[in-house]
Amino acid sequence: MAEQVAKRQVSVPLMADFAARNEQPEVLFWVGCAGAFDDRYKRVTRAFVRILEHVGVKYAVLGMEETCTGDPAKRAGNEFLFQMQAMQNITTFDGYGIKTIVTACPHCFNTIKNEYPALGGNYEVIHHSTFLQQLINSGRVKVQGGESYKGRRITFHDSCYLGRANDIYEAPREVLAALDADLVEMKRSKANGLCCGAGGAQMWKEPEPGKKDINVERTEEALATLDGNAAALDALYGVESGNAGTTPAPKANAQGSIIAVGCPFCMTMMSDGVKNKERESSVQVFDLAELVASAEGLNA
Amino acid sequence: MIQQILFFLVAAAGIGLFAWQVRKIRANILKGKDRAMGGPVSERINKTLLVALGQQKMFKRITPALLHMVVYVGFLVINVEVIEILIDGIFGTHRVLSFLGPVYDALMAVNEVLGALVIVAVAAFWWRRNRTQPVRRLTGVEMRAWPRLDANIILYIEVALMLALFTFNTADLKLHQQEGVELPGAFPISSLLVGLFPDSVTALHMLERIGWWIHITGILAFLNYLPSSKHFHIIMAFPNVYYSRLVPQGQFSNVDSITHEVKAMMDPSYQVPPAPVDADGQPVVQRFGAKDADDLSWLNLLNAYSCTECGRCTSVCPANLTGKLLSPRKIIMDTRDRIEEKYESPLIFQPNKYDPETERVKVDEEGSLVRGKVTPEELWACTTCNACVEACPVNINPLDSIIEMRRYLVLEESAAPNSLNVMFSNIENNGAPWAFSPSDRFNWADELYVAEK
Repeated sequence: MAEQVAKRQVSVPLMADFAARNEQPEVLFWVGCAGAFDDRYKRVTRAFVRILEHVGVKYAVLGMEETCTGDPAKRAGNEFLFQMQAMQNITTFDGYGIKTIVTACPHCFNTIKNEYPALGGNYEVIHHSTFLQQLINSGRVKVQGGESYKGRRITFHDSCYLGRANDIYEAPREVLAALDADLVEMKRSKANGLCCGAGGAQMWKEPEPGKKDINVERTEEALATLDGNAAALDALYGVESGNAGTTPAPKANAQGSIIAVGCPFCMTMMSDGVKNKERESSVQVFDLAELVASAEGLNA
Repeated sequence: MIQQILFFLVAAAGIGLFAWQVRKIRANILKGKDRAMGGPVSERINKTLLVALGQQKMFKRITPALLHMVVYVGFLVINVEVIEILIDGIFGTHRVLSFLGPVYDALMAVNEVLGALVIVAVAAFWWRRNRTQPVRRLTGVEMRAWPRLDANIILYIEVALMLALFTFNTADLKLHQQEGVELPGAFPISSLLVGLFPDSVTALHMLERIGWWIHITGILAFLNYLPSSKHFHIIMAFPNVYYSRLVPQGQFSNVDSITHEVKAMMDPSYQVPPAPVDADGQPVVQRFGAKDADDLSWLNLLNAYSCTECGRCTSVCPANLTGKLLSPRKIIMDTRDRIEEKYESPLIFQPNKYDPETERVKVDEEGSLVRGKVTPEELWACTTCNACVEACPVNINPLDSIIEMRRYLVLEESAAPNSLNVMFSNIENNGAPWAFSPSDRFNWADELYVAEK
């Protein structure tokens, strides 16, 4: 189907080009290291750019002028390295007079929004879940004309740095609700959500000795939720909060079920978890931007 | 008259001793580093009313929340009676508040019903802790001999206080019945118990006095037990919630001394403010992060004294759930143990009393918090997910302490796990935590097409 649709090549606009023309974009899209280098998350970056192009937002990226926000260094205790990175980025932002930043990474989002102000960098920072929610609510994205998600079972995995860290729980859920899918909640969701295991610089190290990897625990919960498998949910060690309702109706080994994420590290951890449980054939992990771009029929 | 003098002396001694212990704990908390406090007072008061007074965060789990609510409301209401007891004791009056009439009736009735409910709730608490398989969050490596005993002592004292209350109410009630005089107040529980009490007026007098004295001396003794116990949370919860952070949970503290250094590196004309000086005018040498308990901020130490070891933090910790050594509750308990080991300690101080067989966390040093009590293995297992912070009913922030200790390990000892050192040098050299060339950073945009609609 997609082959028949007219397509055009995107030349992603750089901040430097805007500056050369003495213009300002509406928003800077901060890609982040995972979005720029991680093969899986590059697809999310590209999906998000397709959405930006489709709605005609005047956006720009920093391209090779981007450098790590310093988040992993700060979480690991290397405050010196964090501040060096932060100051460098603040210099870049302020050099271009940037006011508004959108990013698909909750870690970049949290760091720039909450931790740069103490170092003199003050910007309006928007996570892409909120940005997509606004595009859908204002009717600029109709979530139609592409792949249909109607009736497909989706569960959203809350990222710590989006949820508990910044109290953003509804935006990603509203985006998913627009897909008209069969949304199901894990028992540990929203403020009680369980970490995927990657935060706090765990992404770059082996876990400490234990009984289980955190991403496996979380994936088991997601799979049991998608399957509506109450027995498997009860068997999980940590589910005792009694929060967020009941087990969804059983849907054994449901084909085409989706774990939705809004964070590159959660993407890696949940995908690895699904592989670990050998469920890749029935369950896929997608970012919100990928789901929206595909539902809108923007992939080419 | 002798009873009055005796009572006055006992009450003064009990309250004085408590004040002396509180001063010690205050001194301990102030050993912590200064931390700027921001945010409007109205927001802090609002939060204190909701979270501390209103127990908002307890209601994530309904059963323990209701049981706790019973004991908590019982404590608040029975405190009104304690005021009456203090006045009666000093001035030799009898039920001095009875002039309140119907209000007094209601007060006494509510008191008695709550007293009975407290006994029920305490029995449930005891069962949750002491059955063969206790509630999971009430177990763990840090729940050594002393914390377990402490938890039970609190429950036993609470039952004893309630029984004393019923003893003197019932004896008083029966005494008045024998004398044909009506006792002011309404006593729905005690009136059920009068049949169990002897008919002798002398014996009833004795029982009334014994119950009364046990109740009030028990309360004074309990007051002085608090500073040595996790039960101190009934007081510390309030300042702890008041002073807890108002910023988003994802915002970690900034290290200002490093900011000055980095600014000076980037701009040679930047004036670094002079280092803080101590009382003798000598510059204070501050290490980066926290090696010992007094390197933490006073807020971290206030946290340590507010912890009631309920384990809600540990029960939601992803690292702990999957069998890693880290337990946020242990970090907080270790901090308190260490500050009391190093500085002042309350009357009963025995954090080191534990059962060696259950001890899983092996330390290899003494005389500091990091490595002396908290091992790097615990610190590196944290995913900084904030689940512990979210879970704490009194807004304790174990994550803040963990990050301070990580800062010490990295900035003072360069003792991060090797893979993290690799990540650091990748950021330094490539501007990304992975070993990719910065010149490839924009490759994602190659050959990018969008459907034309």
